[in-house]
Amino acid sequence: MSSAPRREVARRVFAREFNDASYVFKESDDEMAPNYALLPTGERANRVFAVGTLTETEDIGSDAEYWRGRVVDPTGSFFVYAGQYQPEAAATLREVETPTHVAVVGKPRSYEDDEGETYVSIRPESVVDLGEAEATYRTWILETAERTLERIQAFDAGEDGGDPAAAPNEYAAMARERYGHPVENYRRTVVEAIETLETAGAEEPAPADD
Amino acid sequence: MTESDLRTAAEEIHDQFSDDLDVAVSDVEERLRTLVEEYQVPLEEARRSVTSTYLDEAGLEREDVATGGGGNDHVDVADVDAPEEWVDVTVKVVDLWEPTSESIAQVGLLGDETGTIKFTKWAKSDLPELEEGAVYDLGNVVTDEYQGRFSVKLNKTTVIEERDEDIEVGENTVEAEGALVAIQSGSGLIKRCPEEGCTRVLQNGRCSEHGEVEGEFDLRIKGVLDDGTEVTQVIFDEEATTDLTGISLETAQEMAMDALDTTVVADEMREDVLGRYYRVAGPTFGQYLLANDVEEGIAGPDPESVLIKARSI
Repeated sequence: MSSAPRREVARRVFAREFNDASYVFKESDDEMAPNYALLPTGERANRVFAVGTLTETEDIGSDAEYWRGRVVDPTGSFFVYAGQYQPEAAATLREVETPTHVAVVGKPRSYEDDEGETYVSIRPESVVDLGEAEATYRTWILETAERTLERIQAFDAGEDGGDPAAAPNEYAAMARERYGHPVENYRRTVVEAIETLETAGAEEPAPADD
Repeated sequence: MTESDLRTAAEEIHDQFSDDLDVAVSDVEERLRTLVEEYQVPLEEARRSVTSTYLDEAGLEREDVATGGGGNDHVDVADVDAPEEWVDVTVKVVDLWEPTSESIAQVGLLGDETGTIKFTKWAKSDLPELEEGAVYDLGNVVTDEYQGRFSVKLNKTTVIEERDEDIEVGENTVEAEGALVAIQSGSGLIKRCPEEGCTRVLQNGRCSEHGEVEGEFDLRIKGVLDDGTEVTQVIFDEEATTDLTGISLETAQEMAMDALDTTVVADEMREDVLGRYYRVAGPTFGQYLLANDVEEGIAGPDPESVLIKARSI
């Protein structure tokens, strides 16, 4: 649309699926081309937005500060790493008192250790302390559930068992090739995540947190 | 196909050319009948063929006349959402701009109660001048799209009739909701050029038009709303910014004075608004939505229906 590169959307993905998104790729050979993590439900993610409970923070840097935060959602944990190049996020992780609700916007990163085990984490653009933010957390869970289901529904597009009229889903094909995780796993993850809400959120959803 | 279908098609073609050619409806009908009855050409093809013949005779291009026959829909400008449609509108001339090319007679902005839309009037169409502030019925204009924005084009067949009334022109209101995932530079405490009618935001005390000036303080947030599928750039003005952050213009100036730095204001605001969900509505300005109405917190999808969907896949 405009001449400037479009800002990448922040995908909504539960921790369980995010931590399986170990394959990172580019769309072109250009050195400056953006990196994408391949979500197992068949979508590319250059950026993610997550809300959860920050349960632990630790400075794991040897020379310089390097903060790791553990952000828990109903399905697992996101790991957030912030060092000198993410000064605002690092400051939040240094100063925040756990547990608290946080909102994280950042880029997926993937790291392979010596044993060949791959770890997926978030390099944050921002980590914001939301305090006690049940309503925001609830909205994020519902929205993430909805977006995940949309990806699962589009997964078989153009294939047997999917919408035959739809164009083939390029990233679903990539996910089939790269991962052995059936999307059914993530459908169950969605159900589990929503079920945690039903007991917690029987009361009217509050319009705002503060 | 019936006899009356032929007659109707003939009348519609006749009406399209009534200004440019002196033809009788019966002539048009005869041409159609020959194609349809003697050569078994489908009526729509016959219509196309006969129209082409008259286009050639009149020296017109196909886009100069309304195709498809029949009356156009009379539409509100906010409802224009596809290119190459023939429509009628009743609009006020909101603004006339300087044409950028000799092929353009007039260019500017038209509006009705639902919003505004750009228009172009070609020089070769040889139409009467539109006057700023006047209200017109414009029959037979063609919609167009460029980079997601719609416009209407007046052409040789456009019928212009001035109306003796005024229209309260509305703003194109759009809505967006999502999480505020980023605050862009140029947010917080800013300074604007004080020159009459300028209001440009100063960069290092300079206005790009008026040079070094004594700026006037203002507050705003330029933010990015993201719902997981698309992003919307949003501007919150002073009032909206104060509502969201609790920081007034006065407080912001004190904060900046204490810190000897204006950026502390944006930093503080970031903590207040990032990562929260908002629903906003307002007119668009370039690529920004001006958030006139702001609601903090959205409920999100209904858990029951999400669960039903999850179990039914």
